[in-house]
Amino acid sequence: MTPLEFAQVFFYFGLLVICTPLLGGYMKQVFDGERNLLSPLFRPIEELIYRLSGVHPELGQNWRQYTLALLIFNVLGFLVLFLLQLLQGRLPLNPEKLSGVEPFLAFNTATSFMTNTNWQAYAGETTLSQLSQMLGLGAQNFLSAATGIAVVLALTRGLARRSTAELGNFWADLVRAILYVLLPLALILAIILVSQGVVQNFNTNVTATTLTGETQVLPQGPAASQIAIKQLGTNGGGFFNTNSSHPFENPTPLSNFLEMFSILLISASLTNTYGRMVGSARQGWVIFAAMLILMIGLLSIMFVSEYATNPVMGVAGTMEGKETRFGIANSILWGSATTSASNGSVNAMHSSFSPLAGGVALLNILLGEVIFGGVGAGLYGMLVFVILTVFIAGLMVGRTPEYLGKKIEAHEVKMATLAVLLPAASILLFTGLASIVDSGLSSRLNAGPHGFSEILYAYASATGNNGSGFAGLNANTPFYNLTLGLALWLGRFGVIIPVMAIAGSMAGKAIAPRTAGTFPTDQPLFVGLLIAVVLVVGGLTFFPALSLGPIVEQFLMSAGRGL
Amino acid sequence: MVKQLRPAVFMLVILTLITGIIYPLVVTGIAQVLFPSQANGSLLGDNAQPLGSALVGQANNDSRYFWPRPSATGYGTLPSGGSNLGPTSAALAELVGQRATAFRIANGLATDASVPVEMLFASASGLDPHISPEAARMQVARVAAARGLDVSRVAVLVEEHVEGPQLGFLGQPRVNVLLLNMTLDRLQ
Repeated sequence: MTPLEFAQVFFYFGLLVICTPLLGGYMKQVFDGERNLLSPLFRPIEELIYRLSGVHPELGQNWRQYTLALLIFNVLGFLVLFLLQLLQGRLPLNPEKLSGVEPFLAFNTATSFMTNTNWQAYAGETTLSQLSQMLGLGAQNFLSAATGIAVVLALTRGLARRSTAELGNFWADLVRAILYVLLPLALILAIILVSQGVVQNFNTNVTATTLTGETQVLPQGPAASQIAIKQLGTNGGGFFNTNSSHPFENPTPLSNFLEMFSILLISASLTNTYGRMVGSARQGWVIFAAMLILMIGLLSIMFVSEYATNPVMGVAGTMEGKETRFGIANSILWGSATTSASNGSVNAMHSSFSPLAGGVALLNILLGEVIFGGVGAGLYGMLVFVILTVFIAGLMVGRTPEYLGKKIEAHEVKMATLAVLLPAASILLFTGLASIVDSGLSSRLNAGPHGFSEILYAYASATGNNGSGFAGLNANTPFYNLTLGLALWLGRFGVIIPVMAIAGSMAGKAIAPRTAGTFPTDQPLFVGLLIAVVLVVGGLTFFPALSLGPIVEQFLMSAGRGL
Repeated sequence: MVKQLRPAVFMLVILTLITGIIYPLVVTGIAQVLFPSQANGSLLGDNAQPLGSALVGQANNDSRYFWPRPSATGYGTLPSGGSNLGPTSAALAELVGQRATAFRIANGLATDASVPVEMLFASASGLDPHISPEAARMQVARVAAARGLDVSRVAVLVEEHVEGPQLGFLGQPRVNVLLLNMTLDRLQ
């Protein structure tokens, strides 16, 4: 790595640390319903939306009502997006006259956007009309991100409040997340992206005649508006097939930096919002620190691996699947951010990364998407690990585990375990199934362990609601569209429902006074314990699978054996 | 359940309207006023008969031009794509060998000369418009000979087209192949 590349990485994380308390503090005001910077502009719109929908934002919901509202809203959103794709051939804003999407693919894509995953079994420029992209995918980019934020707000209130059943109002949280946080940020980012060359129009594709007299079709459409929210909302579904490696989706190093920064911005800031809402900023910073240390540690492995010599190719630092304007450093940094944060957008092809760099990207997802993670989803996932850590620490010192003054009891530990086990089961069982049936195996592009990694990555990505892929795998088949679609549902709601149950039971508890025997959760020791628990749980669950894929491949590569 | 259905339907409709229609239209409006050229694809040449986009690479193996990187799709745009070949792919290793040999022969380099790494591997999008300054410099002699131009004149042209890191520290130094080739054509 050159000093210049180091400087870019340092600047990236430095800016993240600076922005976290700024945006975090602003979001605290927003979600507590306080007056904020944008109140004069959006307060009237907000109230109009409540009035039209018959919602009383001050009316608290218990965990069942909150979860039910969330589920109904998401299922409806799924249905609309599903139908929109099936019928796009007969709807307006379809300048390329694309026909309706095939049902299996439409099911997969609708599920994937509703669950904030944005797995791309489709190729944007040849599958989806401008209306489907904008009204369907674009809108779900906002709605699914806001849903994730809502869940973590409910959990936060469950931890912060005492002896109540009320976790806040889902509709209010949803509307505020969109109006005050996602929309303004997306608007600013979209305009800057256009200035760099990201297309934003409603034109038909342009046909150019190249210097050598051939024709080249230049795809057009409202890309910038969608790309801005796909980065900020940790959605990741590209306007074009190759996502943010496409020159119209990510044209310059500056657009690259801003898109890459947007991946982590909201998720990181939410840790600060959390700290403020539970009344101790340190509690937020403890979680932020654990996430940052995990990310930088794993990123270092990726860098070392990617710059090392590949004896099979006879080259140090290959450029397969990477763009010249970004180079290796920015491709790897993006790869780390997008898999840590369940974003899933890519600016380089992960399948062509060196074995350990691709393996760490996979591990980032397997750890449960808790290293910053999806907006909201990363934090509530990490809080599940916090509960497990407090429980394990309590066992070690022989005291009743407590978090923020509340006792962690059997019910919470059961639910936390469920939230960890359900996704793990989905990943391993589906990967096992796809590895023994022809319809699973026949989709592989690469041979040997890399082919297995393609399958494992697909189910990890779907279950973790990430959306990136070892894209050699032809996932647009009925088998994969269906099984990956099921993994998407399991990975999203298999975590959300247990988390909401924890929120409900924690809200009802009284807060015990702090004593000398209370295990402190706002100290560096706790950061270390939390990191250890995340790594041990993830490692024990997935080490066998990882050793069949990236680890074997690393040995093969070191021996100079191509397959 | 039924009590929650009404807010769910209304919320979905209203929020879809805001985020799926109003928001992209507002962005389009602002973009078309402030940055019309960028918003419409940074097209080159005249509007009726564009030559391409300043951002999208073009296939070119004519010896009178600088060559871009290998592309898994042959610079096809519908859809864009990378090779997705893995780090231990024998097929990729073979391609790398062929590309190195072809680049050396075409540009009159020694058989053991090192070839810039991006010329051996296909890009992620298949549309990478750039190559490294080194890769451009290595092609100068060939292009100058094919066009009957002075080598130093072409070399100066290449240096003029080297873009440094953006804002002084972001990204890699690079040369936009299409823009360089268009300047070449204008020379004659």
